[in-house]
Amino acid sequence: MSEKVLMKGNEAFAEAVIRGGVRFYFGYPITPQSEIPEFMSRELPKWGGKFLQAESELGAINMAYGCGAAGGNGFISSSSPGIALMQEGMSFLCSAEVPVVLLNASRGGPGIGSIQPGQADYNQVTRGGGNGDYKMPVFAPASIQEAIDILYDAPALADQWRNPVMVLVDGLMGQMMEPVLMPEPKKPLESADIPTVKPWAISGSEKGTRSVVKSLRLQPEVLEEHVEHLFEKYGRMEKELVRVETENVENAEVVFVAFGTMARLVKEAMEILESQGVKAGMIRPISLWPYPYEAFDKIGKNCKAVISAELSMGQMVQDVKLGVEGRWPVRLIHRVGGMLPTSLDIVEKTRKILEEVR
Amino acid sequence: MKAVFKQTQGMLPVSTSYCPGCTHGVAHRIIMETLDEMGLLGKAIGVAPIGCSVVAHQFMNVDMCESAHGRAPAVATAIRRVHPDRIVYTYQGDGDLASIGMAEIVHAAARGEKFSTFFINNGIYGMTGGQMAPTTLIGQRATTCVDGRTREQAGMPLKICELLATLDGPAYIERVALNSPAHIRKAKKAVRRAFEIQQEGKGFTFVELLSTCPTNWGLTPPKAMEWLEENMIPYYPLGVFREPEVK
Ligand SMILES: Cc1ncc(C[n+]2csc(CCOP(=O)(O)OP(=O)(O)O)c2C)c(N)n1
Repeated sequence: MSEKVLMKGNEAFAEAVIRGGVRFYFGYPITPQSEIPEFMSRELPKWGGKFLQAESELGAINMAYGCGAAGGNGFISSSSPGIALMQEGMSFLCSAEVPVVLLNASRGGPGIGSIQPGQADYNQVTRGGGNGDYKMPVFAPASIQEAIDILYDAPALADQWRNPVMVLVDGLMGQMMEPVLMPEPKKPLESADIPTVKPWAISGSEKGTRSVVKSLRLQPEVLEEHVEHLFEKYGRMEKELVRVETENVENAEVVFVAFGTMARLVKEAMEILESQGVKAGMIRPISLWPYPYEAFDKIGKNCKAVISAELSMGQMVQDVKLGVEGRWPVRLIHRVGGMLPTSLDIVEKTRKILEEVR
Repeated sequence: MKAVFKQTQGMLPVSTSYCPGCTHGVAHRIIMETLDEMGLLGKAIGVAPIGCSVVAHQFMNVDMCESAHGRAPAVATAIRRVHPDRIVYTYQGDGDLASIGMAEIVHAAARGEKFSTFFINNGIYGMTGGQMAPTTLIGQRATTCVDGRTREQAGMPLKICELLATLDGPAYIERVALNSPAHIRKAKKAVRRAFEIQQEGKGFTFVELLSTCPTNWGLTPPKAMEWLEENMIPYYPLGVFREPEVK
């Protein structure tokens, strides 16, 4: 294993996914993740990979589909409005069971919004912004190292499940620098090996079988059977892919639930609260789908309130309520528009909430 | 006994779901016969559009995928990168290619992507029941212009070969028609040319095939052939719009 190096988030994300086996990148520039296509255009060819600047996010997601359908390990990245434009494609990829790794560096919305960090794409990415019944795993790292580890594993995970896998970060994580360890590069899948490694992929029928990758199922009974097959798969994902970090939830008087950048701010606030004699804990979902509902069962009897801390008007709070199941009062601390609360803001709001629920 | 005709291995032994007199079947057959004759069936990868021919993979005996409406050129762009040694083609209708998918086809052509596109221009949206297409002729009736398309209301039909021929990217562009045995023979030659140029790695190849839709045109199959001859060919002249440079 190599030495720790100081890396900027966006470049670290790109390098990690290459080391994880990605050899095809398609993207359309959008702040705050444009360093990813820039990095890919420079670096991917050195790894024997191919970079292409797509004509739009519609182009990019459908290139990702063609790449995955053909058996290649593809990666695409964008930010909120671009991810919105890709939703028809995501639904199509899930329906056709085509693997790809996606990264959303989410920004302030709605509309074109702002380029500052936001978490208001939570519903879009966890509920499926596209049409129909489908799901995709969504991971929300809170440090660059954690993002690296997730992105490094993501191509294999997408292949294993034959499903898109999304990593949700925000502009702050893309722009900041942290010392990180890069994992050893994995052996990439060569085109010549695709017919044997992924016989379902379209690589030419001379492999001995004819492959068809498709989404249309006009007969209702056939489509119903397919959707039930997908949900059998999603059910297994719900058992196997939950990732969460919990801290002090057993004894805490107040339990925060936060992911990504917001979890970092909450962590600072927790230290201040501790110094003021308030026992605080945190549930940090790393997988946003499947959601770690079981983590809420660890909350102890001293708990007075569960606080969902979000950079949105309150989207994850719905999942928090599902996890809490009426056992404790649920409150929201939030900022939007690209604004971040300070740790002191969080402390102050928390103290108010505790007074109110006492 | 000497066999005078053999069905191509390129078409699966099933009947198509296309309407009587629709030329999708003819287009499928000449493309697949060509791949068969060139010995490329095992190496070909096709991309089906959204439109009547979304089901092309039920008839074309090669590896295939469907694609979202209009995006086949983006899909093929990536397939070609994953498998640089394969023969890749898209098969697209006029709604798919010339309306919703205009950005994808123009950019793939401009990039000189090394795949072939077969563009089925029947001047109407077949699958959704006969609405106006970007290629519907002035005066032609459709369910969203029941008195005939007018320039005032809907603008002018798009001439895709001419439009793509303004780009430097494409290697080969030809327009053919599927309304007579002579035209079909010429069309097959154009299909072969497209695949040959792709095989030589010379870049993007495009064949527009003027086609019929008797069901949505409200004509019998023979009348549809005549209508194509009398109305479409004058507006969409047949011919080669781009040839690879001879070096
Ligand atoms: C995003 C999206 N918009 C609209 C449709 C509906 N739709 C399906 S096929 C089609 C038009 C097909 O016409 P054309 O491309 O001319 O092919 P044809 O059916 O005539 O062969 C439309 C509008 C769709 N499937 N997806």
